[in-house]
Amino acid sequence: MTVQGESADHQWVDDHAGPVVRPYAMTRGRARPVTGTFDLISLVTATRAEVTPEVGLGPEHLAIVGLCQRIQSVAEIAAHLDLPVGTIRVLLGDLAARSLVQVREPQTTAGLPDNSIFEAVINGLRAL
Amino acid sequence: MDYGHSDRPAGATPLPTAIKILVAGGFGVGKTTMVGAVSETRPLRTEEVLTETGVGIDDLSGVEGKTTTTVAMDFGRITISDDLVLYLFGTPGQDRFWFVWDELALGAIGAVVLADTRRLADCFPSIDYFEGRGTPFVVAVNCFQDARKYRLDEVQAALNLDPGVPVLLCDARQRESSKEVLVTLMEHAMKTREARRRAASGD
Repeated sequence: MTVQGESADHQWVDDHAGPVVRPYAMTRGRARPVTGTFDLISLVTATRAEVTPEVGLGPEHLAIVGLCQRIQSVAEIAAHLDLPVGTIRVLLGDLAARSLVQVREPQTTAGLPDNSIFEAVINGLRAL
Repeated sequence: MDYGHSDRPAGATPLPTAIKILVAGGFGVGKTTMVGAVSETRPLRTEEVLTETGVGIDDLSGVEGKTTTTVAMDFGRITISDDLVLYLFGTPGQDRFWFVWDELALGAIGAVVLADTRRLADCFPSIDYFEGRGTPFVVAVNCFQDARKYRLDEVQAALNLDPGVPVLLCDARQRESSKEVLVTLMEHAMKTREARRRAASGD
């Protein structure tokens, strides 16, 4: 074989071929996170600027830490990494268990103390 | 990059509060268009992979070997302030994905039901769903060019809506129009919440 590596691969592997690595392979077969629930709009931020590869962390974990240098929701992480939300939840659970990410669960309407959030959203929308 | 005020040192400050609004309605009624019209970025897409147990009443004849289904949801983001981020989720169009709706509707502050007067029945399931769940919603009639114009009270009657539910006309392609729909929804959700609180405290 000549050294065509990447370009030869790309000939065959486009989006229509589906993922090269199955989502369950990235989570090593796990369907649920070790910790946390991770709503679609739970906000995630990395606690460190970068993470060195260590046992138990794959490239997707590191990609999430890179992405979460800016605050992202679970849905945004899934969209940017082009992975199912269920897979992202498992990977986030691993990172949360190692304190590599900080997570804020969303506010529920019932838990709102007053109308201030409603008013802030209305004013914010009007100002757009 | 695309993310407004979220550019701050990781972990240094408290994370903002996130809230969500759903945009529901029949297939092709303009849900993703509306999400895109008001979001600060083009709509993003997220996917849930479902196993066969979740698919429920699907007719699987001919595809018996198919054990997973992918449900895609388009969503967008509006950064209201450093402390507050609003997410808009377009609900999956097909009725069979109700359990995805349950997850989406959990904690949602309210919903926009988009209607097309040429296919009004398409929004019935969404209205039933939010009525049943007690999620505050407004009905926004997306004005398609070749659609016959109806008065809002005609639409309200045709949908058999509670008189308190706001019905308004909109153009989902227009940012200003879509903003107005969201403001109307937020005002309605705030009133609904106050009314419920009064009822609960017995005043």
